[in-house]
Amino acid sequence: MNQQIHDHTPAPDSNHAAPGYYEVMETAVRELLFERKLITPGEIRRQIEVLDSRTPALGAKVVARAWVDPEFKARLLANGRRACEEFGISFYDETDLIVLENTDEVHNLIVCTLCSCYPRPVLGLPPDWYKLKPYRARAVKEPRSLLAEFGTVIPEDVEVRVSDSTATVRYLVLPQRPASTENYSEEQLAALVTRDAMIGVVKAEIPETKEMPQ
Amino acid sequence: MAQRAQPMARDFPDIVKADGEQPIFAPDDQVRISMRFPIGHFRVPNYIRGKKGIVEAVIEPTIINNEEEGFGRNAGNKRHYYRIAIPLTELWPNYAGSSNDGLRIEVFETWLERIRG
Repeated sequence: MNQQIHDHTPAPDSNHAAPGYYEVMETAVRELLFERKLITPGEIRRQIEVLDSRTPALGAKVVARAWVDPEFKARLLANGRRACEEFGISFYDETDLIVLENTDEVHNLIVCTLCSCYPRPVLGLPPDWYKLKPYRARAVKEPRSLLAEFGTVIPEDVEVRVSDSTATVRYLVLPQRPASTENYSEEQLAALVTRDAMIGVVKAEIPETKEMPQ
Repeated sequence: MAQRAQPMARDFPDIVKADGEQPIFAPDDQVRISMRFPIGHFRVPNYIRGKKGIVEAVIEPTIINNEEEGFGRNAGNKRHYYRIAIPLTELWPNYAGSSNDGLRIEVFETWLERIRG
Protein backbone atom coordinates (compact mmCIF):
# COMPACT_ATOMS: atom_id res chain seq x y z
CA MET A 1 0.00 0.00 0.00
CA ASN A 2 1.31 3.37 -0.94
CA GLN A 3 2.06 5.29 2.27
CA GLN A 4 1.56 8.58 0.48
CA ILE A 5 -2.16 7.91 0.34
CA HIS A 6 -2.44 7.44 4.10
CA ASP A 7 -1.53 10.94 5.32
CA HIS A 8 -1.17 11.36 9.10
CA THR A 9 -0.33 15.05 9.09
CA PRO A 10 -2.06 16.38 12.22
CA ALA A 11 -4.74 18.98 11.71
CA PRO A 12 -3.67 22.40 13.00
CA ASP A 13 -5.22 23.01 16.42
CA SER A 14 -6.32 26.29 17.89
CA ASN A 15 -3.53 26.26 20.50
CA HIS A 16 -1.20 27.66 17.85
CA ALA A 17 -3.05 30.98 17.94
CA ALA A 18 -1.32 33.58 20.12
CA PRO A 19 -3.08 33.99 23.50
CA GLY A 20 -5.14 37.13 23.90
CA TYR A 21 -4.50 39.94 26.36
CA TYR A 22 -6.81 38.63 29.10
CA GLU A 23 -5.55 35.07 28.73
CA VAL A 24 -1.96 36.25 29.22
CA MET A 25 -3.05 38.39 32.19
CA GLU A 26 -4.90 35.46 33.81
CA THR A 27 -1.91 33.15 33.43
CA ALA A 28 0.48 35.79 34.79
CA VAL A 29 -1.67 36.51 37.86
CA ARG A 30 -2.26 32.80 38.52
CA GLU A 31 1.46 32.04 38.32
CA LEU A 32 2.28 34.94 40.63
CA LEU A 33 -0.29 33.69 43.16
CA PHE A 34 1.27 30.20 43.03
CA GLU A 35 4.77 31.65 43.37
CA ARG A 36 3.79 33.65 46.45
CA LYS A 37 2.04 30.54 47.82
CA LEU A 38 -1.26 32.41 48.17
CA ILE A 39 -3.10 29.64 46.33
CA THR A 40 -2.05 26.20 45.10
CA PRO A 41 -2.61 24.46 41.75
CA GLY A 42 -4.61 21.86 43.71
CA GLU A 43 -7.07 24.54 44.82
CA ILE A 44 -7.63 25.66 41.23
CA ARG A 45 -8.20 22.07 40.10
CA ARG A 46 -10.58 21.50 43.01
CA GLN A 47 -12.63 24.57 42.09
CA ILE A 48 -12.89 23.35 38.49
CA GLU A 49 -14.24 20.05 39.87
CA VAL A 50 -16.78 21.97 41.96
CA LEU A 51 -17.99 23.85 38.88
CA ASP A 52 -18.02 20.76 36.69
CA SER A 53 -20.23 18.97 39.21
CA ARG A 54 -22.97 21.61 38.70
CA THR A 55 -25.21 21.09 35.68
CA PRO A 56 -28.77 22.02 34.67
CA ALA A 57 -29.80 18.53 35.80
CA LEU A 58 -29.61 19.79 39.40
CA GLY A 59 -31.92 22.72 38.72
CA ALA A 60 -34.28 20.41 36.80
CA LYS A 61 -34.61 18.14 39.86
CA VAL A 62 -35.39 21.14 42.04
CA VAL A 63 -38.07 22.33 39.59
CA ALA A 64 -39.64 18.86 39.28
CA ARG A 65 -39.82 18.56 43.08
CA ALA A 66 -41.52 21.94 43.28
CA TRP A 67 -44.09 20.77 40.69
CA VAL A 68 -45.04 17.68 42.71
CA ASP A 69 -44.62 18.96 46.28
CA PRO A 70 -46.52 22.18 47.12
CA GLU A 71 -44.83 22.51 50.53
CA PHE A 72 -41.39 22.28 48.96
CA LYS A 73 -42.46 24.81 46.35
CA ALA A 74 -43.51 27.23 49.09
CA ARG A 75 -40.12 26.85 50.79
CA LEU A 76 -38.35 27.27 47.45
CA LEU A 77 -40.16 30.52 46.68
CA ALA A 78 -39.62 31.81 50.24
CA ASN A 79 -35.88 31.11 50.25
CA GLY A 80 -34.36 29.52 47.17
CA ARG A 81 -30.99 28.86 48.68
CA ARG A 82 -32.30 27.09 51.81
CA ALA A 83 -34.60 24.88 49.75
CA CYS A 84 -31.81 23.89 47.33
CA GLU A 85 -29.57 23.11 50.29
CA GLU A 86 -32.18 20.51 51.30
CA PHE A 87 -31.05 18.67 48.14
CA GLY A 88 -27.42 18.95 49.23
CA ILE A 89 -26.74 21.67 46.66
CA SER A 90 -24.14 23.87 48.34
CA PHE A 91 -23.75 27.56 47.59
CA TYR A 92 -19.96 27.57 47.47
CA ASP A 93 -19.89 31.14 46.14
CA GLU A 94 -21.91 32.63 49.02
CA THR A 95 -24.70 33.79 46.72
CA ASP A 96 -28.38 33.78 47.58
CA LEU A 97 -31.11 32.54 45.29
CA ILE A 98 -34.46 34.06 44.42
CA VAL A 99 -36.72 31.62 42.58
CA LEU A 100 -39.10 33.36 40.19
CA GLU A 101 -42.35 31.55 39.46
CA ASN A 102 -43.84 31.75 36.00
CA THR A 103 -47.64 31.93 36.04
CA ASP A 104 -50.48 32.69 33.65
CA GLU A 105 -49.92 36.38 34.50
CA VAL A 106 -46.12 36.69 34.65
CA HIS A 107 -43.25 35.41 32.53
CA ASN A 108 -39.80 35.78 34.12
CA LEU A 109 -36.48 36.20 32.34
CA ILE A 110 -33.05 36.46 33.95
CA VAL A 111 -29.99 38.39 32.83
CA CYS A 112 -26.82 40.00 34.14
CA THR A 113 -26.31 43.22 32.17
CA LEU A 114 -23.00 44.00 33.90
CA CYS A 115 -21.25 40.67 33.37
CA SER A 116 -22.31 37.03 33.66
CA CYS A 117 -23.87 36.49 37.12
CA TYR A 118 -25.72 33.18 36.90
CA PRO A 119 -27.07 30.61 39.36
CA ARG A 120 -23.94 28.47 38.96
CA PRO A 121 -24.48 26.42 42.14
CA VAL A 122 -27.69 24.97 40.61
CA LEU A 123 -27.10 25.26 36.83
CA GLY A 124 -23.33 25.18 36.34
CA LEU A 125 -21.66 27.40 33.74
CA PRO A 126 -23.85 29.77 31.70
CA PRO A 127 -24.23 29.33 27.94
CA ASP A 128 -21.99 31.59 25.84
CA TRP A 129 -24.89 33.68 24.51
CA TYR A 130 -25.90 34.54 28.07
CA LYS A 131 -22.52 36.27 28.54
CA LEU A 132 -22.54 38.18 25.26
CA LYS A 133 -23.62 41.80 24.88
CA PRO A 134 -26.53 41.29 22.45
CA TYR A 135 -28.40 39.11 24.95
CA ARG A 136 -27.47 41.27 27.95
CA ALA A 137 -28.57 44.50 26.28
CA ARG A 138 -31.71 43.22 24.61
CA ALA A 139 -33.03 41.31 27.63
CA VAL A 140 -33.74 44.58 29.43
CA LYS A 141 -34.56 46.73 26.40
CA GLU A 142 -36.65 44.54 24.12
CA PRO A 143 -37.32 41.30 25.99
CA ARG A 144 -40.38 40.40 23.92
CA SER A 145 -38.61 40.39 20.56
CA LEU A 146 -35.63 38.61 22.15
CA LEU A 147 -37.95 35.93 23.52
CA ALA A 148 -39.69 35.62 20.16
CA GLU A 149 -36.33 34.76 18.60
CA PHE A 150 -36.14 31.86 21.04
CA GLY A 151 -39.60 30.85 19.79
CA THR A 152 -41.29 32.14 22.93
CA VAL A 153 -44.14 34.49 22.14
CA ILE A 154 -45.60 36.06 25.26
CA PRO A 155 -49.21 37.31 24.98
CA GLU A 156 -49.62 41.05 25.45
CA ASP A 157 -51.69 40.58 28.63
CA VAL A 158 -48.92 38.56 30.29
CA GLU A 159 -46.33 40.66 32.14
CA VAL A 160 -42.72 40.15 31.10
CA ARG A 161 -40.57 40.56 34.21
CA VAL A 162 -36.82 40.79 33.72
CA SER A 163 -34.53 40.29 36.71
CA ASP A 164 -31.05 41.82 36.33
CA SER A 165 -28.49 40.37 38.70
CA THR A 166 -26.08 42.97 40.11
CA ALA A 167 -25.23 41.84 43.62
CA THR A 168 -24.98 38.58 45.57
CA VAL A 169 -28.48 37.44 44.61
CA ARG A 170 -28.89 34.96 41.76
CA TYR A 171 -32.16 33.99 40.09
CA LEU A 172 -33.70 30.76 38.88
CA VAL A 173 -36.93 30.68 36.88
CA LEU A 174 -39.51 28.12 37.99
CA PRO A 175 -41.25 27.32 34.70
CA GLN A 176 -44.92 26.35 34.51
CA ARG A 177 -45.58 22.63 34.57
CA PRO A 178 -46.64 21.54 31.07
CA ALA A 179 -50.23 20.44 30.59
CA SER A 180 -51.02 16.71 30.29
CA THR A 181 -48.23 15.65 32.64
CA GLU A 182 -50.49 14.52 35.50
CA ASN A 183 -49.24 10.95 35.19
CA TYR A 184 -45.55 11.80 34.92
CA SER A 185 -43.16 10.67 37.63
CA GLU A 186 -40.90 13.26 39.26
CA GLU A 187 -38.01 11.89 37.20
CA GLN A 188 -39.99 12.15 33.95
CA LEU A 189 -40.93 15.72 34.85
CA ALA A 190 -37.29 16.64 35.51
CA ALA A 191 -36.44 15.48 31.99
CA LEU A 192 -38.78 18.19 30.61
CA VAL A 193 -36.93 21.01 32.37
CA THR A 194 -34.20 22.51 30.23
CA ARG A 195 -31.47 24.99 31.12
CA ASP A 196 -33.12 27.58 28.88
CA ALA A 197 -36.46 27.15 30.63
CA MET A 198 -34.75 27.95 33.94
CA ILE A 199 -33.22 31.09 32.39
CA GLY A 200 -36.69 31.96 31.13
CA VAL A 201 -36.02 32.14 27.38
CA VAL A 202 -38.30 29.18 26.67
CA LYS A 203 -41.09 27.31 28.44
CA ALA A 204 -40.92 23.78 29.76
CA GLU A 205 -42.63 21.61 27.18
CA ILE A 206 -43.25 18.02 26.26
CA PRO A 207 -40.95 17.42 23.30
CA GLU A 208 -42.79 16.77 20.06
CA THR A 209 -42.51 13.11 19.22
CA LYS A 210 -41.72 12.20 15.67
CA GLU A 211 -44.08 9.70 14.05
CA MET A 212 -42.23 6.45 13.62
CA PRO A 213 -42.76 4.82 10.24
CA GLN A 214 -44.82 1.65 10.63
CA MET B 1 -35.51 36.81 53.20
CA ALA B 2 -37.18 39.65 51.40
CA GLN B 3 -39.12 40.78 54.45
CA ARG B 4 -38.52 43.95 56.38
CA ALA B 5 -36.55 43.26 59.55
CA GLN B 6 -38.87 43.50 62.54
CA PRO B 7 -36.92 44.88 65.50
CA MET B 8 -38.15 43.49 68.76
CA ALA B 9 -38.09 46.90 70.38
CA ARG B 10 -40.88 45.86 72.71
CA ASP B 11 -38.65 43.25 74.32
CA PHE B 12 -35.43 45.26 74.44
CA PRO B 13 -36.38 48.94 74.38
CA ASP B 14 -32.88 50.15 75.30
CA ILE B 15 -31.06 48.51 72.38
CA VAL B 16 -29.54 51.13 70.10
CA LYS B 17 -28.90 50.02 66.53
CA ALA B 18 -25.69 51.00 64.75
CA ASP B 19 -25.78 53.28 61.75
CA GLY B 20 -26.93 51.38 58.69
CA GLU B 21 -28.07 48.31 60.62
CA GLN B 22 -31.74 48.81 59.89
CA PRO B 23 -33.15 49.27 56.41
CA ILE B 24 -34.12 52.88 55.77
CA PHE B 25 -36.52 51.93 52.96
CA ALA B 26 -39.53 49.63 53.17
CA PRO B 27 -41.60 47.76 50.58
CA ASP B 28 -43.73 50.10 48.42
CA ASP B 29 -41.49 53.12 49.07
CA GLN B 30 -40.98 55.22 45.94
CA VAL B 31 -37.34 55.77 45.12
CA ARG B 32 -35.06 57.18 42.47
CA ILE B 33 -31.73 55.60 41.55
CA SER B 34 -29.01 58.21 42.03
CA MET B 35 -27.85 60.02 38.93
CA ARG B 36 -24.14 59.84 39.71
CA PHE B 37 -21.20 58.79 37.60
CA PRO B 38 -18.22 58.24 39.92
CA ILE B 39 -14.99 56.97 38.39
CA GLY B 40 -14.51 53.24 38.75
CA HIS B 41 -16.64 50.13 38.44
CA PHE B 42 -19.93 50.47 40.29
CA ARG B 43 -22.51 47.72 40.19
CA VAL B 44 -25.33 50.06 39.28
CA PRO B 45 -25.89 49.79 35.53
CA ASN B 46 -25.99 53.16 33.76
CA TYR B 47 -29.39 52.43 32.24
CA ILE B 48 -31.15 52.62 35.63
CA ARG B 49 -29.45 55.77 36.94
CA GLY B 50 -31.89 58.59 37.49
CA LYS B 51 -34.89 56.28 36.98
CA LYS B 52 -37.84 55.96 39.33
CA GLY B 53 -38.93 52.72 40.91
CA ILE B 54 -40.61 51.09 43.87
CA VAL B 55 -39.03 49.03 46.64
CA GLU B 56 -40.37 45.50 46.23
CA ALA B 57 -38.39 43.90 49.05
CA VAL B 58 -35.57 44.47 51.50
CA ILE B 59 -32.82 41.90 51.03
CA GLU B 60 -31.53 40.51 54.30
CA PRO B 61 -28.98 40.42 55.78
CA THR B 62 -26.93 43.59 55.47
CA ILE B 63 -23.93 43.31 53.17
CA ILE B 64 -20.62 45.15 53.18
CA ASN B 65 -20.47 48.06 50.74
CA ASN B 66 -18.38 46.32 48.10
CA GLU B 67 -17.74 49.60 46.31
CA GLU B 68 -15.86 50.85 49.39
CA GLU B 69 -14.33 47.46 50.03
CA GLY B 70 -12.84 47.69 46.54
CA PHE B 71 -10.83 50.67 47.80
CA GLY B 72 -9.73 48.92 50.98
CA ARG B 73 -12.39 50.34 53.30
CA ASN B 74 -14.19 47.35 54.70
CA ALA B 75 -15.23 48.05 58.25
CA GLY B 76 -18.48 49.44 59.59
CA ASN B 77 -20.10 50.03 56.22
CA LYS B 78 -22.70 47.29 55.97
CA ARG B 79 -26.09 48.27 54.54
CA HIS B 80 -29.01 46.68 52.80
CA TYR B 81 -29.66 45.80 49.22
CA TYR B 82 -33.20 46.37 47.96
CA ARG B 83 -35.06 44.61 45.20
CA ILE B 84 -36.35 47.50 43.10
CA ALA B 85 -39.18 47.31 40.57
CA ILE B 86 -38.92 49.67 37.59
CA PRO B 87 -41.42 49.67 34.69
CA LEU B 88 -39.73 49.10 31.32
CA THR B 89 -41.64 52.13 30.02
CA GLU B 90 -39.81 54.22 32.67
CA LEU B 91 -36.46 52.92 31.41
CA TRP B 92 -37.21 53.21 27.70
CA PRO B 93 -39.67 55.92 26.62
CA ASN B 94 -40.20 54.14 23.27
CA TYR B 95 -40.60 50.71 24.84
CA ALA B 96 -42.48 48.40 22.49
CA GLY B 97 -44.44 46.09 24.73
CA SER B 98 -46.97 45.99 27.51
CA SER B 99 -46.88 48.84 30.02
CA ASN B 100 -47.00 46.11 32.68
CA ASP B 101 -43.57 44.80 31.70
CA GLY B 102 -40.98 45.48 34.33
CA LEU B 103 -37.45 45.15 35.61
CA ARG B 104 -36.38 43.83 38.99
CA ILE B 105 -32.87 44.73 40.14
CA GLU B 106 -30.88 44.82 43.38
CA VAL B 107 -29.63 48.27 44.34
CA PHE B 108 -27.46 49.14 47.37
CA GLU B 109 -28.92 51.60 49.87
CA THR B 110 -26.36 54.33 49.10
CA TRP B 111 -27.68 54.55 45.52
CA LEU B 112 -31.33 55.13 46.44
CA GLU B 113 -33.04 58.49 46.96
CA ARG B 114 -36.46 58.71 48.52
CA ILE B 115 -39.23 60.32 46.51
CA ARG B 116 -41.57 62.11 48.90
CA GLY B 117 -45.13 61.22 47.97
